[in-house]
Amino acid sequence: KVSVKPTFPWFGLDIGGTLVKLVYFEPKDITAEEEEEEVESLKSIRKYLTSNVAYGSTGIRDVHLELKDLTLCGRKGNLHFIRFPTHDMPAFIQMGRDKNFSSLHTVFCATGGGAYKFEQDFLTIGDLQLRKLDELDCLIKGILYIDSVGFNGRSQCYYFENPADSEKCQKLPFDLKNPYPLLLVNIGSGVSILAVYSKDNYKRVTGTSLGGGTFFGLCCLLTGCTTFEEALEMASRGDSTKVDKLVRDIYGGDYERFGLPGWAVASSFGNMMSKEKREAVSKEDLARATLITITNNIGSIARMCALNENINQVVFVGNFLRINTIAMRLLAYALDYWSKGQLKALFSEHEGYFGAVGALLELLKIP
Amino acid sequence: MAECGASGSGSSGDSLDKSITLPPDEIFRNLENAKRFAIDIGGSLTKLAYYSTVQHKVAKVRSFDHSGKDTEQDHEPPYEISVQEEITARLHFIKFENTYIEACLDFIKDHLVNTETKVIQATGGGAYKFKDLIEEKLRLKVDKEDVMTCLIKGCNFVLKNIPHEAFMYQKDADPEFRFQTNHPNIFPYLLVNIGSGVSIVKVETEDEFEWIGGSSIGGGTFWGLGALLTKTKKFDELLHLASKGQHTNVDMLVQDIYGGACQTLGLSGTLIASSFGKSATADREFSKEDMAKSLLHMISNDIGQLACLYAKLHHLDRVYFGGFFIRGHPVTMRTITYSINFFSKGEVQALFLRHEGYLGAIGAFLKGAEQDNPNQYSWGENYAGSSGLRSSSPELCLAQRARSGTFDLLEMDRLARPVVDLPLLLDPSSYVPDTVDLTEDPMARKYWLSCFEEALDGVVKRAVASQPDSIDAAERAEKFRQKYWNKLQTLRHQPFAYGTLTVRSLLDTREHCLNEFNFPDPYSKVKQKENGVALKCFQRVIQSLDALGWEERQLALVEGLLAGNVFDWGAKAVSDVLESDPQFGFEEAKRKLQERPWLVDSYNDWLQRLKGPPHKCALIFADNSGVDIILGVFPFVRELLFRGTEVILACNSGPALNDVTYSESLIVAERIAAMDPIIHSALGEERLLLVQTGSSSPCLDLSLCTSKATSQLLLVPQSLVVLEMEMESLIGGLFPGTLSVITLDPLLPQSRLDEGLAALVRERAADLVVIEGMGRAVHTNYHAALRCESLKLAVIKNSWLADRLGGRLFSVIFKYEVPAE
Repeated sequence: KVSVKPTFPWFGLDIGGTLVKLVYFEPKDITAEEEEEEVESLKSIRKYLTSNVAYGSTGIRDVHLELKDLTLCGRKGNLHFIRFPTHDMPAFIQMGRDKNFSSLHTVFCATGGGAYKFEQDFLTIGDLQLRKLDELDCLIKGILYIDSVGFNGRSQCYYFENPADSEKCQKLPFDLKNPYPLLLVNIGSGVSILAVYSKDNYKRVTGTSLGGGTFFGLCCLLTGCTTFEEALEMASRGDSTKVDKLVRDIYGGDYERFGLPGWAVASSFGNMMSKEKREAVSKEDLARATLITITNNIGSIARMCALNENINQVVFVGNFLRINTIAMRLLAYALDYWSKGQLKALFSEHEGYFGAVGALLELLKIP
Repeated sequence: MAECGASGSGSSGDSLDKSITLPPDEIFRNLENAKRFAIDIGGSLTKLAYYSTVQHKVAKVRSFDHSGKDTEQDHEPPYEISVQEEITARLHFIKFENTYIEACLDFIKDHLVNTETKVIQATGGGAYKFKDLIEEKLRLKVDKEDVMTCLIKGCNFVLKNIPHEAFMYQKDADPEFRFQTNHPNIFPYLLVNIGSGVSIVKVETEDEFEWIGGSSIGGGTFWGLGALLTKTKKFDELLHLASKGQHTNVDMLVQDIYGGACQTLGLSGTLIASSFGKSATADREFSKEDMAKSLLHMISNDIGQLACLYAKLHHLDRVYFGGFFIRGHPVTMRTITYSINFFSKGEVQALFLRHEGYLGAIGAFLKGAEQDNPNQYSWGENYAGSSGLRSSSPELCLAQRARSGTFDLLEMDRLARPVVDLPLLLDPSSYVPDTVDLTEDPMARKYWLSCFEEALDGVVKRAVASQPDSIDAAERAEKFRQKYWNKLQTLRHQPFAYGTLTVRSLLDTREHCLNEFNFPDPYSKVKQKENGVALKCFQRVIQSLDALGWEERQLALVEGLLAGNVFDWGAKAVSDVLESDPQFGFEEAKRKLQERPWLVDSYNDWLQRLKGPPHKCALIFADNSGVDIILGVFPFVRELLFRGTEVILACNSGPALNDVTYSESLIVAERIAAMDPIIHSALGEERLLLVQTGSSSPCLDLSLCTSKATSQLLLVPQSLVVLEMEMESLIGGLFPGTLSVITLDPLLPQSRLDEGLAALVRERAADLVVIEGMGRAVHTNYHAALRCESLKLAVIKNSWLADRLGGRLFSVIFKYEVPAE
């Protein structure tokens, strides 16, 4: 049986427009015999990945996401979650070459657009053959699998109660025992929206180009920030109502004719039509407004898709949501408010890694 | 999420520029009678609306009293012509930059005579800001109206009243505008108003609409975010930047993520995966143009996507876009159209409106005028007084916008009667009256525009000659020439300015311009003279017809109709001959006709049909005065009556070229009845009915008959019973002719059809429609499909058209059609 298992190392790779997501299974049940046989390069990879939390200047291991004592394909071990920017892909391939990956005769399962874009580089520079996988298949597989194994004893899926109230807002576990039908909103650089009816039955409903890449791109242009973290940090300190024109700015209060509350945004960046107001806003305000604009829009499109598809649970995933409580709470609130409580926004701890997990499952032929 | 008028930014409320670059009396016209004002103040433009009345000269004909006299002497005209004043209602809409608001209010105050007006309806985001100024300047109380209610009222109004109001925008097509024929039922539809935010409203009936959603990413986002990114302050300049940029430098495309594999994967590599996705880097500079373009795509795509999602949820396929983001900007119309096509996969149509900028003002006006029930009337765009749609080219567009604080005008005239579809149309929703769309046919457009230019001198001469006693006729005629010439030049560059350009619209525009300068009927004297001459020949013609055998007579009757049709002052080839040789006679005309077989010749089928049972009732659209109506149409009518067919003879309500008008037809019928017992008894027994079409166009639009069945029976001396239907007034020349039946040669200027006529056609169960003349049967209705039998007859008096149809000058069209079972 052992012979049909793929040889180590076990990787799953998801190469997106902005970030590369890598999951790595570290076997913890290695026998002395195995240890003996383990080639040097494999050992070096294992050591390198598991003993560091950062790789080069941009690679990061999300230690808090590590899944411990996982049984995969009869092996016990830990699953590691690593990310680095897509523009560092050449360095990654170079590293594979330096560490002599090709001698391991391993198969690299990769998904995301980059699997196609970098396929040739893997082959010519790293002498590595990629197995390219459909990103939506991987995404759904990954989500279902990760949800089923939980999060080190805790629930993988969660939601927000009282999302608009910073005092009372609570993150609570959600048991996704009846997952179908499900609207899956994957917010990476762009956004893909899928309707999932069963494990094998799903369709891509639509997508939008206003995604995480837009938030970060606009923030860079507007504030000069250089990292996603920095952008979010600025946003957390800003006030978007200085930038946006609210319903109450136009109507003095609620617009009752249409049942619009005064706090609703009437025009994103609408105040910036005025020179005086442009001069009075801070970079933090602009970052916040950008975040609110993009998030509200995704919520709005997701809500319309849920209505059209007649689905009431919406799971938001993707790296836009990483450390992005503002966006998650806003999505939770907007979905609930505009649907009058009909729709529920759900989130998942491993928000950005499902594609990579799906790719790993493909490697292991786990259905 | 809500619409807002984008008040505040961009407007320069401080330094009001008092120098209005155009003479204001050409802008705020008819102020002395103005009442009922409404104003819509947006972020940068103000739209003012008011109701006024216009005094127009109208040519009236009146029969001489012949009692006691036996016959007329030579040289005596058959009836007298007088010019009377008539008052009609007109709506004025003026659009100008907010900068001029104070100067404009001052001008209005100085010229406002009417003291009954106490209130002004106001809407738009700026209404509040300028409330005090308006109240102080005009001494009118400002009544604030809800923005969205006004917008929708205005939208319903233009969709119902203005033909070719809505259009699709087609990138890279020539022209880019594709106008929609008015759908008989405008509801339900989706209105997506892109102001600073986006409002999506579902409109179900005249009074029912629902805000179903919106988005905060709208025009204000483009403007505000654009200003931050590019340091460009003005909306128009931002659009201009965007039109020059390359979004692919800023956006992350699918091919940026997938590389070259897109094709093999069947992905469209140029799709935007992440807007601004490439700008997530500190080490690059991006050009203003590229960022503006990327922003434009982002916002347009987003709005289009949401509009499609809402349209799908509510099962709607007609989506109208408006708001300052759209307002005639080709750049945004293009990106929105692209987005709608992409996201709906072609199932939803993005439609735009020619008068989009006026919707709020129109709606506010209608709100204030509710007690007058303006919606009970039909209104028509006055081509003479309206500015039309501006250029489609982004470059030109900017130049035009920059040119002065452009004043844009829309004038609408009240039509005397509501107009409706002719009940005999096979499919009113697919009926297109015009045979050639000159907007889509550059060759034809060039030809006809030149043709109308060349004919202009003649029309001016004719106009002056029609008013020999007027001191200022020459001066007015010169003004007319200038106005119409300018319209033609505008149409050369912007053929889409007034909707689909057609021969009919060119003719109608000319009638509007003539009316504007008080030349209500330049051909009145010519028609009078021709009618006189023709009446003298009537009995001789009837005698020779009656002497023929049945079969010979049928052909002679048809040839008579066709020969009469040669007499057409509208066709240059003929007006040349008529000008030089006024004695040009009926017989000579017959000799000019093409020998059979004609260019289109289904005469044998017609003859065969005549051997069968008589028709129940024929509806005949008459064309020219004189020989045509008297020696062509009446003998034909007489034969139909003799066979036992009732006849409805429909003539234009108002004058157009030498077309016989309804009132002239009454006199002609009266005179013929005195000579002919068949006509006499048919009139007495109401087997022959004279009606007006509601039109004053030499063309005919069967889709818009006047709609109210308020026909009244008029007793005319000599016990002539005539069913009179009120017609739309001349001014309404907007809508060229209307009904189906026998149309004789000319084009009706106001092409829509009188409602009373429609009712009568139903009541009498008309089963034959005769349409005569180039205007009614070739320029329009040549392809019209009717529910009943129809005859379309014309002599092609234009060599270019003859050439196009594959014939020669004076080729004959005789098209007899029987609807498929």
